[in-house]
Amino acid sequence: MRRKALHHVVSLVLVIVAGGFLSATLVRLAPGRDADESMLDPHLSSASRQALMAARHNDQSAVQFYVDSTRKLLRGDLGISQSLGQPVAKLIRERAPATARLVSLGLLIGWTAALAFAFTSNVVRARSYEIATIALSAALLSLPAAVLALLSVMWNLGGSLAIGLAVFPRVHRYARNLLDAAYARPHIITARAKGLSGSRILFFHVIPVAGPQLLAVAGISLSMAVGAAIPVEALCGIAGIGQLAWQAAMSRDLPVIVHITRIVALLTVAANSLADLAASANREPAQ
Amino acid sequence: MKKCLLILWLLLGSLPLCAQGGEVHFCLRWEPKTFDPQRVDDDASLTVRFLTGGVLARVNRKTQLAEPELAESWKISKDSREITLKLRSGVRFSDGTPFSAEDVAFTIQRLMDPQLHSSTGDAFRSGPGAVTTKVISPTQISVTFPAPVIGLDHLLDQVAIMSKDSAKKEMAVLGPFMVAEYKAGASLHLARNPNYWKHDAQGHALPYLDGIMLDIQGNRDVELLRFQRGELDLINTLDSEYYEKLAATSPAVVHDAGPSLDSEQMWFNQVQKSPIPDYKKAWFRSTIFRQAISEAINRDDLCRIVFRGHARPAIGVLSPANRFWFNNKLNPVAYSPESALKRLTSAGFRLDQGILHDAQGHAVEFSVITNSGNKGRERMIVLMQQDLQKIGIKVSVVTLDFPALIERISQSFNYEAVLLGLSNTDLDPNGQMNVWLSSAEDHQWNPQQKTPETPWEAEIDQLMHAQASTTDAAKRKKSFDRVQEIVLEQNPFIYLITKNALSAVSLRVRGADPVAVAPQTYWNIERWTLQK
Amino acid sequence: MKTLRIAAWSCLALVALASIFAPWLAPHGYAWQDRESFSAPPSREHWLGTDDLGRDRFARVLYGTRVSLLLAPAASLLSTLLAVLIGGVAGYCGGFWERTAMAATDLCLSLPWLFLLITVRAVLPLDVSPFTSVVVTFGVLGLLGWTSAARVLCASAKMLRSSDFLRQARAAGISAPRIFWIHVVPHLRPILAAQFWISIPVFILSEANLGILGLGVPEPMPSWGSLLREMEGLVSFREEPWKFVPLALLVAVVTAFQLILSDKEQVAA
Repeated sequence: MRRKALHHVVSLVLVIVAGGFLSATLVRLAPGRDADESMLDPHLSSASRQALMAARHNDQSAVQFYVDSTRKLLRGDLGISQSLGQPVAKLIRERAPATARLVSLGLLIGWTAALAFAFTSNVVRARSYEIATIALSAALLSLPAAVLALLSVMWNLGGSLAIGLAVFPRVHRYARNLLDAAYARPHIITARAKGLSGSRILFFHVIPVAGPQLLAVAGISLSMAVGAAIPVEALCGIAGIGQLAWQAAMSRDLPVIVHITRIVALLTVAANSLADLAASANREPAQ
Repeated sequence: MKKCLLILWLLLGSLPLCAQGGEVHFCLRWEPKTFDPQRVDDDASLTVRFLTGGVLARVNRKTQLAEPELAESWKISKDSREITLKLRSGVRFSDGTPFSAEDVAFTIQRLMDPQLHSSTGDAFRSGPGAVTTKVISPTQISVTFPAPVIGLDHLLDQVAIMSKDSAKKEMAVLGPFMVAEYKAGASLHLARNPNYWKHDAQGHALPYLDGIMLDIQGNRDVELLRFQRGELDLINTLDSEYYEKLAATSPAVVHDAGPSLDSEQMWFNQVQKSPIPDYKKAWFRSTIFRQAISEAINRDDLCRIVFRGHARPAIGVLSPANRFWFNNKLNPVAYSPESALKRLTSAGFRLDQGILHDAQGHAVEFSVITNSGNKGRERMIVLMQQDLQKIGIKVSVVTLDFPALIERISQSFNYEAVLLGLSNTDLDPNGQMNVWLSSAEDHQWNPQQKTPETPWEAEIDQLMHAQASTTDAAKRKKSFDRVQEIVLEQNPFIYLITKNALSAVSLRVRGADPVAVAPQTYWNIERWTLQK
Repeated sequence: MKTLRIAAWSCLALVALASIFAPWLAPHGYAWQDRESFSAPPSREHWLGTDDLGRDRFARVLYGTRVSLLLAPAASLLSTLLAVLIGGVAGYCGGFWERTAMAATDLCLSLPWLFLLITVRAVLPLDVSPFTSVVVTFGVLGLLGWTSAARVLCASAKMLRSSDFLRQARAAGISAPRIFWIHVVPHLRPILAAQFWISIPVFILSEANLGILGLGVPEPMPSWGSLLREMEGLVSFREEPWKFVPLALLVAVVTAFQLILSDKEQVAA
């Protein structure tokens, strides 16, 4: 177990380092890196325009930039945002709580609804119920993020509902299929025939079987929620990391993008690693 | 007793009918990039500067004339190089620091520092050399520029005076409001400036409002929803489809102030070194081709369908809202696909089985790029696509994110045609020098020419220099009228429509008088009151 | 169950046939603009009304079905295949391969792919043909959409690694690839089905969102994604229910897919 944990820590560090480097490379490759909206301002003199472009343009190679950025990061300096002119660390610190609240609540809503529907469909076992849940999931998957965000605003539920509604159909589908497969196992059928109660079957025979995979779904649902947070925050006007990420992407703000990628990588790997470790600890013996 | 009652009644009667105090609530579309009034180059920061900055002269958005503010009066020399200002006395910054000519000198010197790279400062930079300021007395100052600065009094509208001595730096302001609280990414709260110098005719201190709450909200649907719910008091620039939605339920809250200064235009890439095929360059550099395209576009449909009638066909460079400078002798381009085809045929093009070909046999097709997220522009291009299909031209539509678009039109020149809009804040056309001079970087269709590549561009260069070298308004107007004629004839920009200035103001607001010049609604916010 | 499966297949067949016969069924072409009747409600001439530019919505739904119904499932299939190749193989092999593949998966989940898409748009010519643009769009979605499922597939395959029947298969000398494809993959079907099913509407919407980067289905060609985006502007179901027809159609098609898939799983079990 300790060895496994060490592997995960090493993986975490490597993914964060690689993620930051690759995101910096992607941004530098993408067109519009040196472009700024103010370049279209007819009042700007030629000298000012050149100075603006020079400030955005970085002659360093991607590797040099990244090494420099990592050195500063180790000193606690995340650099200055090119688009907002403020320290990146301050921007992230101010906005992290809003995103944390939004994502946590969204995941809670999404998972509670998904598991409730998935469990009850195995209890109710009515075709009409199954069709209704499939249709509901399909409808939520088919609604644009802008509409979900608007619904959140209309019902005064912040953006958490939008994230919950975005996460629910994905988690529900995976959970439903995993639970169905678990319930179809021969030993479950035997347990039912022997008259074991539904809750006993669920907690002692189904969840241990589907558990490791459900934990894997839990791990990826965090990155689903973080991904959904970007359009939801941007649309609902929530001052979180997602809104910052969107603004940074639209203005090619390299320092902000690199550090946000690192944060997302950290959260993703941490969540998935915890899920893996929990699954290893709970793995059922081989059949 | 009766006298006391009479005095009391007179005092009460002199108060505004509505309650003083209260806060107005509206949205900024983006986060302000800076609170430094001299580094402002985005809309949100411009809004904050307008509401908090004290200026020497303010352009009245209704009359479009410059009016005294912190400067009681001024005198501009005949050569337009020197301005002597008489300042108000007894004025203090929001933190109590006294205002004097030293602050004006400090502001001007900082503004004109070439290292600042400020677009506000660059607007004053008419020639090389340093700007000198001479403090004559605490309430008198003269500023001398190295070269004539045209429209100096109007330009002062952009210069918010900063305190030389205050520890609060740019947060010490002279405007009606000051920044009280800023929650990054969420909201900006402006409180009433207790030291604001202005009073109304009855001697009451302005502004009447206690403050302004600005939420950062980029999504227009959410903004509209919140306005409908009464959470917002105004929407400064309203899209036409939202105007119609609101007008259907609450007609009294919407305002159409007529044509704004903003226009939408298309232009072709005429840059010789651009990586597009030579035969396409030949089309785009042909005046006849551009004229034909202009004639083939149904501007009335663009106004009617995309802007729901809240726009009018553009007649060249300026909007009719720019009352003095607009050349009202010009006529809009009439929609006529037949005439367009005739022109093209005369230039060697021919229509063959519904497809237009040039003299070398190339099918006439080109792409038009525009920025994504602007529904109006996306719809305009699709309508134009159909219009041009009628004369056998195939147009492909590409929407790009803004940085990628700017990169193409100003750096790589890897585009064929582009549809963009111009948000005009200046009434004086001298502010567009960098657009019309062929050597300038903002000469979008073919920037930074070493020498003018066409006779008409050479003529425009001459006319723009002419209007910048005299203070005689009539002579300047004559020069710029001719520029407008040339542009309408040569079509380097194919002007499409002039949008109307649409806004929404809640019924509880009193004193709002939406106009066509930005900021459309809150230009006189210091005199607003709220109905209880 | 048989009735439901027939109903699901019929629904898909009906939608597919309607899209194939669109030129005959649609009263107007998808690009034709009735400029005197823009944003109009349903009428005899325009059965689902017109959009903001006067284009017949019914025609656009029919023609849009061709693009979305063909390409979204194809992209889903691609992402599902990649997920099983990366996640499934990693879980089955275990050890260093599993750690490497999952680290790569986490990396892919974290990266801002937006910039890759912007670069793809920059590399393509501006006058790229609509066909190329559409194929590239869905291809890119398929190539990037495998990451979530890969993790879950890895966990599932890992669980199977030490099961008795696989030990027997290895002991019997069956090759690893055969074991993987014949004995492991069928047990991964629930995840594969979920991944495939979720991806269809997600890719349809993503295609529309890629329009902001210059990719996606170019105008005037319709797609379900662009039709769904009509719902973004504070549309009221009570006042304009016809605007929800593309949503209802997508929900019906996706539900039909799921009913067919879940029936197939039960038949297999």
